[in-house]
Amino acid sequence: MTGTYLGMPAFPDAAREAVRDEVLRANLRHATHTIRDKRARAVAELEDWDRLRAAGKAVKDHTLAHLDRYLLQLEAAVTAAGGTVHWAADADEANRIVTELVRATGEREVVKVKSMATQEIGLNEALEAAGIAAYETDLAELIVQLGHDRPSHILVPAIHRNRGEIRDIFAAEMGDWGRPAPEGLGDDPRELAEAARLHLREKFLRAKVAVSGANFMVAETGTLVVFESEGNGRMCLTLPETLISVVGIEKVIPTFRDLEIFLQTLPRSSTAERMNPYTTMWTGTADGDGPSVFHLVLLDNGRTDTLADEVGRQALRCIRCSACLNVCPVYERAGGHAYGSVYPGPIGAILSPQLRGTGSEIDATLPYASTLCGACYEVCPVAIDIPEVLVHLRERVVQGGPVTREGIRVRIRPADGHTAERAAMRAARLLLDRPDALRAGERLLARARRLRPRRLPGPGRAWTDSRELPELPERSFRDWWAAREKAAREKGARP
Amino acid sequence: MSAKEQILARIRRALPEPRPDADIPRDYLQAHGARTPAETVDLLAANLAEYRAKVHRVDEDGIAVLLARLLAERGASSVLVPPGLPPHWLAAADPTRIHDREASTPYELDAVDSVVTGCALAIAETGTIVLDGGPEQGRRRITLVPDHHICVVRVPAQVVDSVPQALPLLDPTRPLTWISGPSATSDIELDRVEGVHGPRTLEVILLGAQ
Repeated sequence: MTGTYLGMPAFPDAAREAVRDEVLRANLRHATHTIRDKRARAVAELEDWDRLRAAGKAVKDHTLAHLDRYLLQLEAAVTAAGGTVHWAADADEANRIVTELVRATGEREVVKVKSMATQEIGLNEALEAAGIAAYETDLAELIVQLGHDRPSHILVPAIHRNRGEIRDIFAAEMGDWGRPAPEGLGDDPRELAEAARLHLREKFLRAKVAVSGANFMVAETGTLVVFESEGNGRMCLTLPETLISVVGIEKVIPTFRDLEIFLQTLPRSSTAERMNPYTTMWTGTADGDGPSVFHLVLLDNGRTDTLADEVGRQALRCIRCSACLNVCPVYERAGGHAYGSVYPGPIGAILSPQLRGTGSEIDATLPYASTLCGACYEVCPVAIDIPEVLVHLRERVVQGGPVTREGIRVRIRPADGHTAERAAMRAARLLLDRPDALRAGERLLARARRLRPRRLPGPGRAWTDSRELPELPERSFRDWWAAREKAAREKGARP
Repeated sequence: MSAKEQILARIRRALPEPRPDADIPRDYLQAHGARTPAETVDLLAANLAEYRAKVHRVDEDGIAVLLARLLAERGASSVLVPPGLPPHWLAAADPTRIHDREASTPYELDAVDSVVTGCALAIAETGTIVLDGGPEQGRRRITLVPDHHICVVRVPAQVVDSVPQALPLLDPTRPLTWISGPSATSDIELDRVEGVHGPRTLEVILLGAQ
């Protein structure tokens, strides 16, 4: 994945910083609560929600199980419809392909539709290094780009900014990128949206090359689909002469009919609407309507490695609705930046360490960025069991084990800094594997309850700094259960 | 090894054989609720209005007068016309007709005040109109760049209840644009603001027997 986030502090440090920021927390609380309440109402409208969710999960699982077949079918269909398909094994390769395609047009600027895949590979930075300006055209992405900032939410990348901050960014920065903000710009959302409209319209009208992602790719027909609200997507997808779409290989679905599921579940899960204002579907190129040149770049970048993990592969079902972010108590307090990844929140906590590996400190801490409360699983429209994958990844961080990196099966070592935890896990396994030792230990503990210290020694000290050590029970659960069973038997024996 | 061969090889290594095809459970509903055709049209009107589209109802005899009035109220001096739009629809309208030409530039489209089109179909449950580039609709960009879009839906013939009913009627090889209300953003504190880049005003005419 991108180097943009290199050097980010690990999640606990970043989160500690973030929860101290009261403006950030207030912005996040307002936004996540608003959208989660709306989403619940939108979902409740559909009495068959659970069946749609099961169907969406089944379509995605089936596609992943035959990903090779569907990618080849997609390639054939896109090619037959007048498009050109490129394959990119990693971020560098994808960036190189896109840069060369833009260069070949002779243009020095591109307009962009908000896309997680191009964020992930750091395409804007790669284009900039090649002397090509990439303009984000989604309002929130524009706020992020002008603010020299990073996105903090999948759907609403500038969720961490309030209207006053946005006004200041527009007033200070728009002039450096094109049309300046109007004199005396206020902080009313309507006024801010109008400033963005004027600023971006001049870019849309002159743009010759656009870069997008896609929400879905239909193998059967070669159709690509983009869901959006503002019309910036439509502008980029229809006005320029050349369109380059960079799409993760997991975005393919088998048939056009399968869209009937996701057209119902994605808008309600993400923006809490019955339908988003605009959905664009295109199949290759169309005579005289829209771009005359279409390139599709199929991106792996860690996805096949994720596919190789039987538990973790379900993360590839994700349709990027961001419902899991909005219900997550950890995200609500820490914000998206703390995750140090373009994919924040619960889905980011399982996707990033799989796409990038758990080698770095931030990736090793991400599986812990959760309370395992399960709310993310409940709202997921494709039923990704995020808590299950989190626990699976924690085990990998602590114990190491076999993983696939860049297509090669390797055994990774346990991450640094988890020595105490590993020792505890080992001790626990030792005891749990030997019931007699466990029973003896529990009895011993019960007898020794008067000797209980107020503070734990060693690595446990930090825990008891802020908590009372619980009282030890008079007897262990096993003893209590055995006694209860015995009493019941005796009682039952007597008529 | 090319990137394509590499990616395909990795996929095959990741997935154990055999890989049987799964049956997709499609026991979800084909439509939510039972309605008469008239009720379906009413639901479409209600959902369009909730998404801040302006909804009008008229019969064949009244459409020319209604369109002339809507364009006049808007103060439009020019109107984009797709090639197959029934000529009598705009028979009473004053604005200059601008025809949908492949050669016209985005700047020329930006100078046009309004656009009038038909549609491929409309979906009642979601308040959505779908355009497929047919002769009454024209190229995708003509309903995008002008700030005022009037879309005519023939009722009840062009109205379906639900998304599952809509897809089999659409041709995926054509460029498709699904429109639910005017352009909108919720990117600033999740306050919904209509009109960012697409038309700020969407008017939908439900054309049929009154």
